[in-house]
Amino acid sequence: MIEKAPITLNINGQDYTVSVEPRRTLVDVIRDDCGQTGTHIGCEHGICGACTIIVEGEAVRSCLMFAIQADGKRIRTVEGLADGDRLHPLQTAFMAHHALQCGFCTPGFLMLAVNALETNPNITDEEILEVLSSNLCRCTGYQNIIKAVRSTAHEMRRAPAS
Amino acid sequence: MTLHAKGNGGWVGRSIRRLEDPALVTGQGRFTADLPAAKWVRFVRSTVASGRIVRIVAPPGATILTAADVAAVKPIRPMLHKFNYVPISQPALASDVVRFVGEPVAAVVANTREEAEDLGDLIEIELAETTAVVDARQALAPGAPRVHAQAIGNVIVEGTYRSPGFDAVMASAHRRIEIDICSRRQSALPLEPRAAHAAWDRATRRVTLTCTTQMPHAMRTIIADLIGMREADLRVIAPDVGGGFGQKMSLCPEYLIVTWLARQLKTSVAWTEDRRENLIACFHSRDQHILLAGGFDADARLIALAADIASNIGAYSCYPTTCGVEPLMAMVEMPGPYDVREYACIARGVATNTCPMAPYRGVSRPVITFAIERLMDKAAAALAIDPVEIRRRNLVKSFPYTTATGLVLDPASYVETMEAAVKAGDLSSFRARQSKARAQGRYHGLGVATFAERTGYGTPAFAARGMEITPGWETVDIAMDPSGSIEARIGASPHGQGLRTTLAQIIADELGTSPDRVNIVHGDTDRTPYGWGTFASRSLVIAGGATLLAAQKVGSKLRTMAGVLLEASADDIVLAGDAARVAGTDRVIALDELARAAYHQIHRFKGEVTPGIAETATYDPPGTFSNACHIAMVEVDIETGHVFVEKFLVAEDAGRLINPMIADGQIHGGIAQGIANALLEEIVYDDAGNILTANLADYLAPTAGEIPAIEIHHLHSLAEGSVTKAKGLGEGGTIGAPAAILNAINDALSPFGVAIDELPATPRKIRAALQAAGVK
Repeated sequence: MIEKAPITLNINGQDYTVSVEPRRTLVDVIRDDCGQTGTHIGCEHGICGACTIIVEGEAVRSCLMFAIQADGKRIRTVEGLADGDRLHPLQTAFMAHHALQCGFCTPGFLMLAVNALETNPNITDEEILEVLSSNLCRCTGYQNIIKAVRSTAHEMRRAPAS
Repeated sequence: MTLHAKGNGGWVGRSIRRLEDPALVTGQGRFTADLPAAKWVRFVRSTVASGRIVRIVAPPGATILTAADVAAVKPIRPMLHKFNYVPISQPALASDVVRFVGEPVAAVVANTREEAEDLGDLIEIELAETTAVVDARQALAPGAPRVHAQAIGNVIVEGTYRSPGFDAVMASAHRRIEIDICSRRQSALPLEPRAAHAAWDRATRRVTLTCTTQMPHAMRTIIADLIGMREADLRVIAPDVGGGFGQKMSLCPEYLIVTWLARQLKTSVAWTEDRRENLIACFHSRDQHILLAGGFDADARLIALAADIASNIGAYSCYPTTCGVEPLMAMVEMPGPYDVREYACIARGVATNTCPMAPYRGVSRPVITFAIERLMDKAAAALAIDPVEIRRRNLVKSFPYTTATGLVLDPASYVETMEAAVKAGDLSSFRARQSKARAQGRYHGLGVATFAERTGYGTPAFAARGMEITPGWETVDIAMDPSGSIEARIGASPHGQGLRTTLAQIIADELGTSPDRVNIVHGDTDRTPYGWGTFASRSLVIAGGATLLAAQKVGSKLRTMAGVLLEASADDIVLAGDAARVAGTDRVIALDELARAAYHQIHRFKGEVTPGIAETATYDPPGTFSNACHIAMVEVDIETGHVFVEKFLVAEDAGRLINPMIADGQIHGGIAQGIANALLEEIVYDDAGNILTANLADYLAPTAGEIPAIEIHHLHSLAEGSVTKAKGLGEGGTIGAPAAILNAINDALSPFGVAIDELPATPRKIRAALQAAGVK
């Protein structure tokens, strides 16, 4: 039996204190132990990006991080994007531009793009394409994801969040 | 019957936002792997492509299943009753021999997924390796190892066709053009890997299997059959499913084992595959060689066509379509949109020691379209005419048109879509740019592909193949509850296609309401009528047709009821604005009042209507062909072999579009997979049958960086063979794009006299061809 370590993950502002084997990945603990299943697992080797979340202001692949490495850190997942019933502008843009079909990759793309928009408010269209090429989508052919993120970037520049 | 906007409805034809989306963008989607389970399964798989199982050693105390433990589970044995089909069986767990790397040999059960994986690593499977055969043509060669003893020459299915006049007409041809093409093997690669969760219910003694499937009802029937349980004791749920593209429509042995275990252990049991398992052991596709010969007359008209098709079906036959799905579709549909009367074909499905083949979006058509579109370009070059002109001369122009193999092409726009694409592509200015660039040592190319996309196949189409399991129809139940909310329960099983939205649009127009009052229930065998699921570009045509027919029945009842209460003829009642109104008057009753009365005050209808509001309709259409022309513009870097797709143009005709935004999304996604098919994705086996591309760093799915902007133009040939006038379009993107891209690459490389006739055209293959032609 592998010894478990107690850790606390702060996910979307709420603390989850759990006991985990050191070998367990962050995404497994977020999903299985903290019950936040909006973050998905597509490859478990860091290529597809379905598990992308934001840890301390950085977009990371949660399948490539151990949970104990995130002990005490602030984590944001797709469940925390909306403010109550008020959706994040990017969530609305994904619906308006038909940037999702099966929706499996969507949480990862949302967190990837939200992080890019927050860390670089003046992000260019070319930089957006570069960022979005980090993750895989198998349904949309990417056209509408690119449109949704570009339109949100333009909109957020026109009306910065108060 | 026509679908016309009722009152102020007009929902059909509008790009409304999808009803599916709010849950999916907020992380509230419900996928199979989200469910907790008491027990977890890990499959231990064969590490050799061909061999005998000598022994299996498990650590003490481990719960392990091998073939002997599941001897009561019948093997998967799909049946085809035609085309010299040789029945072959796949046991749930390999019994004495293994036939491909990745084949499940044992299953271990533990309390967590991690423990199951740990135990799986400790299972020792001793295998005596025997000689494997990996390539279809090698498997056909004399003396090749036999994958199944009963299949001589490894041929599992063989279709032949020869029109009576073929030999004479081919012999009379002005020019005979031959082409030898191949498509390497690919994975449909849905982003959600397979997952299954089976839960035992103590009270009812039933099992609920939640799994990633495209056809829950058919899975329920076959799993119950093979396990030997009553179908009524099994409920199958397809919750949110993270893409399928065909890979999730076939029965996999893993789901059998998980269901069997839940019954044995009387608890919940789950399995989630990892990406490596998905790439090595979940159905592959597209592995075909085609030798094509076209006889052309002096006017460049295709007068005879001969095809020799070898489809590598892998080690087993897939259920329910059987491994006939690729070779037989290739045989019947090879002539595509072209008017050619004389045709001869042999199409074989060949067993090898590789992962089993199953349908993948487009099935054979990406490969056969590649073959015939390369033939057209090669013929155009040989006969010194423009590639567009040779197609113009050969495309079918009058409808209905019965093909050499007996398919009836319904009204379509093969020439018109091509002309629209050519116009949008401004070909003459491209040619000017191309020749200017060539002078500077840069190589641009343009490729055209035209095709017919058979969609909405009804029962006769599948019956023609001799399939034991003959899908085709769909049933839809529509009910209005006493509060006036509408629920439609469908046997189709969408997983990204937006069917909840498009069906709600159809119903809203018929009943004079709005789509947000309509809830579509799917993916649950306890809650929906029996149906075939979602595949083969069928759901909007067939489930959509059944939805329209059922909604018309509900509308008729609502009009009858309103007629009684408003003292008017039912024929004068208009349903609009959530109300029934006597046309041209202010006599009106709200739909929710009518609904309440239908349940609580049935006496008010004076015996003229039955209580409640619930109607059913079934639809089984003849099938209809949508069509498109794809034009790709590329630049090939001669030094590296890299292909850059500059522009991708589509002119497409899928009849009436219910939701144009969703239609365009299907086209985008299909084209991205088609471009990947053309340039990137390839499952590579070594000669011993080991997969060298078992992760996403080696198996290259495209990212946003590889997919160009896609320009789409729509034409609308309204289909008589579809009650909604909508044709299916889910597969067209994958069908045309590989041919368009390869034709463009070959156009770019034409100054060097080399031809690339293999999918995918990777930089390595392009460089090898150039080097062979003496280009440094």
